[in-house]
Amino acid sequence: MAGENPASTTEYIQHHLTNLVYGNHPENGWSFAHGAEEAAEMGFMAIHVDSMAWSIGLGILFCLLFRTAAKRATTGVPSGVLNFVELIVEFIDGAVKDSFHGHNKMVAPLALTIFVWIFLMNLMDLLPVDLVPELLMLAGVNYQKIVPSTDPNITLGMALGVFILMLYYSIKIKGTGFISELTMHPFNHWGFIPINLFMETVGLLAKPFSLGLRLFGNMYAGEMIFILIATMFAAGAGAGLIGGGIHAQIFGEQTSALFWLAIFILVCGVCGLNLKGKISTGKTVLLCMVFMALGGGLTALGGGLMQWGWAVFHILVITLQAFIFMVLTVVYLSMAHEDH
Amino acid sequence: MNINLTLFGQMVTFAFFVWFCMKFVWPVIIEAMEERQKKIADGLDAADRALRDLELAQNKATDQMKEAKQEAAGIIDQANKRANQIIDEAKQQAVAEGDRIKAAAQADIEQEINRAKEELRASVAGLALAGAEKVLEASIDEKSNRALVDKLAAQL
Repeated sequence: MAGENPASTTEYIQHHLTNLVYGNHPENGWSFAHGAEEAAEMGFMAIHVDSMAWSIGLGILFCLLFRTAAKRATTGVPSGVLNFVELIVEFIDGAVKDSFHGHNKMVAPLALTIFVWIFLMNLMDLLPVDLVPELLMLAGVNYQKIVPSTDPNITLGMALGVFILMLYYSIKIKGTGFISELTMHPFNHWGFIPINLFMETVGLLAKPFSLGLRLFGNMYAGEMIFILIATMFAAGAGAGLIGGGIHAQIFGEQTSALFWLAIFILVCGVCGLNLKGKISTGKTVLLCMVFMALGGGLTALGGGLMQWGWAVFHILVITLQAFIFMVLTVVYLSMAHEDH
Repeated sequence: MNINLTLFGQMVTFAFFVWFCMKFVWPVIIEAMEERQKKIADGLDAADRALRDLELAQNKATDQMKEAKQEAAGIIDQANKRANQIIDEAKQQAVAEGDRIKAAAQADIEQEINRAKEELRASVAGLALAGAEKVLEASIDEKSNRALVDKLAAQL
C-alpha cells in the first residue's frame, strides 16, 4: 500500500521504519538519503528530518496551548482551555510534590514539559499508520516516520538531557559528597574503590539509558503492531471479492482515492444519521462494517477492527509511558538532590 | 535506527521547551491557581464568619426581645399598681370628702336646731306669758314673773 509500491510485506515494513534522513553522504555530500542503506552510510553526521520536525512541531503546539492558557489565567472562574490545562498542571504538581522533596523551581515545569510533550509525540501513533506517509508521498517525500518517540535519537536525547541535569544537581548539591557516593558507597573501604566506582557508574549510566530505551521500546513495539496489522490489510488486496472487496474487482491493483472517498462519505453519512437518531446504533455499526467489507474485503474489515482495538489499548500505553518517563525523571532528580 | 545528530537536535529542543515552560507557562498558571485557591479559601472563611455573625445577631435579637418583654411586663405591672393606688386614693378622698360634707351638714343641722330652739325659747316665753295673761285675765306684773318663765324656757 505504501509508497513506491513495495513488492513485499518486508519492504512495506522496512519502508515504514525508515526515517527521512538528511546528512553528509560520503559520495553524494549533504543530501537526503534514498533508502536505509544510504542513511546508514551517512553515519553520525546526519539528522532525522521527520523526527525533528514532528518533535519540534509538537513542542510548539504544547507551548502555544499552555501559553494561551497562561495568558488567560485569571483568579476568577476558569473555563475552556484553562480548565483543561489547569487539570494537567495540578496533576503534574501533585506528582512532583509526591516524589520530589528538594527545593528546585525547575523540576515541576520540566516534568510538565516532559509529560505533555512525550504524550503528544506518542499520540501521533494513533494516527492511521499509512495516512501521513501516504499523503507526503504524493507531495514527493519518500520516507516519513511521524512518531518521534519511536526514534531512539529522540528518546535518548531527552534522557541525556535529564542525565545532564542529574549530574549538574548532584555536583551542585552534594559537591564532594557525590564523589564519595560514587567511590565509597556499597563497600565503605578504600580498597574497594575501583569496584565501587565501577558498580556505581554502571548504575548511574543505566538510569538515562533505561529511561530513553524504555520509551523507545514501548513506542517502537506499538508502532510495529500497527504496521503488522496494516500488512494484513494490504495482503488482501486483489484476492477477489472476499479478500479485496469491490475495490479490487473494479480497479485491480490500482489505487483509487475517489472510491475510498465514496466509502468514507457513506460511512460518515450513516454515522451522522445515527447521531440524529434516525437509525439505531447496532444498525449503524453493521452498515459501517458492510461498507468497509464491500470496499476492502473481509481482511480489510478485520484489519480495520484490529487497528481500532489496538489503538484503544494503545491510548493507555502512550499515557502510561509519558507518565513513567516524567515520574522517573522527577525521582532521579530527587535522588540527585538528596544529601546523605 | 542510527544514532546521529538528531540526538543533539532533540537535546537542544528539549532544553528550549523546558526553558519556555519554566519561564512563560508554569509560574503564571501556578500563581493564578494559588491565588484563586486563596480567594476561595477567603470566601469560605467570610461565609463562615457571616454565619457566625448572623447567629450572634439572632441571639442578641432574642435577648433584646426577651428584655423588652420583661420591661413591658414591668411597666404594665407598675401601671396597674399605680392605677389601683390612684383608685384607692380617690376612694379615700371621696370618703373623706363625704365625711367632711356630712360633718358640715350635721353642724348646719345642729346650728339650725339651736337656732330653732333659741327661737322657740324666745317665743315660748312670750307665748306662755301671753297664755298665762289670758288665763289669769289679770295683769300680772311682767317683771316679777319674767324670771320664772325664762327659767322654765331654759329647761326646754
